[in-house]
Amino acid sequence: MTLPIFASGQDPGSSFSELLRRMNGDQPLLRNTGAVEITHGTTIVALRYSEGVVMAGDRRATEGYSIASRAIDKVFPADGHSGVAIAGAAGPAVEMVRLFQTELEHYEKVEGMALSLEGKANQLGGMIRRNLPMAMEGLAVVPIYAGYDLRRRIGRIFKYDLTGGRYEEGDFHATGSGGRDARTTIKLGYRDGLNRAEAIQLAVEGLYQAADEDSATGGPDVVRGIYPTVATITVAGFDRVSDEEVAQRFGELLQRKTAEGHPR
Amino acid sequence: MSMPFYVAPEQVMKDRADYARKGIARGRSLAALSYDEGILICAENPSRTLHKVAEIYDRIAFAGVGKFSEFDSLRTSGIRLADVKGYTYSREDVDARSLANAYAQLLNNVFTHEMKPMEVEILVAEVGADKDSDQLFRISYEGTIVDEEGSTVLGGDADTVNERLKANLTDTLDMAAALRAAVSALAGPERVLEAANLEVAVLSRTRARRAFRRVLPDELTPLLSATA
Repeated sequence: MTLPIFASGQDPGSSFSELLRRMNGDQPLLRNTGAVEITHGTTIVALRYSEGVVMAGDRRATEGYSIASRAIDKVFPADGHSGVAIAGAAGPAVEMVRLFQTELEHYEKVEGMALSLEGKANQLGGMIRRNLPMAMEGLAVVPIYAGYDLRRRIGRIFKYDLTGGRYEEGDFHATGSGGRDARTTIKLGYRDGLNRAEAIQLAVEGLYQAADEDSATGGPDVVRGIYPTVATITVAGFDRVSDEEVAQRFGELLQRKTAEGHPR
Repeated sequence: MSMPFYVAPEQVMKDRADYARKGIARGRSLAALSYDEGILICAENPSRTLHKVAEIYDRIAFAGVGKFSEFDSLRTSGIRLADVKGYTYSREDVDARSLANAYAQLLNNVFTHEMKPMEVEILVAEVGADKDSDQLFRISYEGTIVDEEGSTVLGGDADTVNERLKANLTDTLDMAAALRAAVSALAGPERVLEAANLEVAVLSRTRARRAFRRVLPDELTPLLSATA
């Protein structure tokens, strides 16, 4: 590869996707005639707690009625202090995350300073908007973006619609096929000032209830030791919660449900 | 039709080289060296915002001396190349050697074909798993690329500073010792350099992914004063 050099009117500035377009040209639009099954990722949640934000996602990916993956990750660090969780068509979603991560780092390196959290959220909105033609073909990507705003010193959550519309949520959000069930569960258990353990517990319970109602959402897999991906984002940065800790929270949840007697 | 004056190619190249060298000599020097936990790059730079040293990729840093606008556009191009390569292939496939070659090609092209050569000298550094696998590439205005061993100096007074730096080097340097070696080499016997006039960054072997870190004045002052 040779160094990319642009005439002054053609310079892509600090945008990485603009740079890619200048170098590779516009990519052809994928058309989905419905003849092939596309891998879909399902339920993701995010909620605020006293120190920042918790994000979590189940581990199942589906292709129509079959399970495409039992251990897919849907929660990714976007940069040091924010994360992105994805629901929708897995291929374009994972690609969008990779592009988004590169975009944020690229901006930071070229400009010498990171974008504001709001700026990053808008950037992701633009990427979803550009994906709209593909969303119309059934390849929709619906992420949740959350992070710790170092300037305002609070955790913030952003949700998106297919058109790239960006809406800031106050305390929590969940989306994907089991999103509604997860949302209701979190809504009922939410209160201000949750601590870290309580917040992780509530996120995990949201996913558990979603898996209970939605066939495309995976529940805890005790046999294989596969548990939801959970991450916290605080002033200290993005931190993935260890599988052992999530397993323990699940253990407590299952014990409680067994003791209480789960309604049939 | 008037004929342009004939100028011998040797003369053209010599004039361009003189022009570039003069431009570079006007600026302050910059030193880079390996130490036990990484690579330290130290530049004399009174500005807090116009950086001479910068991050290119996970384990790669860039430094430039000479004309700011020229090496800064080289820096941006390097980030672009590295990010596109890492995105297209994989993060592991981005390496300093190929980046240094790309820089050398560009500088050589500009030197031979353009009216004005670039008045810059640049460094591409990549930190390895240990001191022996660190890489320092120094690339000069006409595209000559030098693979340096352990330490290098860029800028107008490079030879003198390099002699002083080599004299300060030992096999076991920690970060503070490496910093003091670089600063005393840059300053020379007659001057004392304050933290406010230094720009220091390290590529740290021990950091997880992005090895580049700026050493800010708050951290610099105690490291420098430990001289005694």
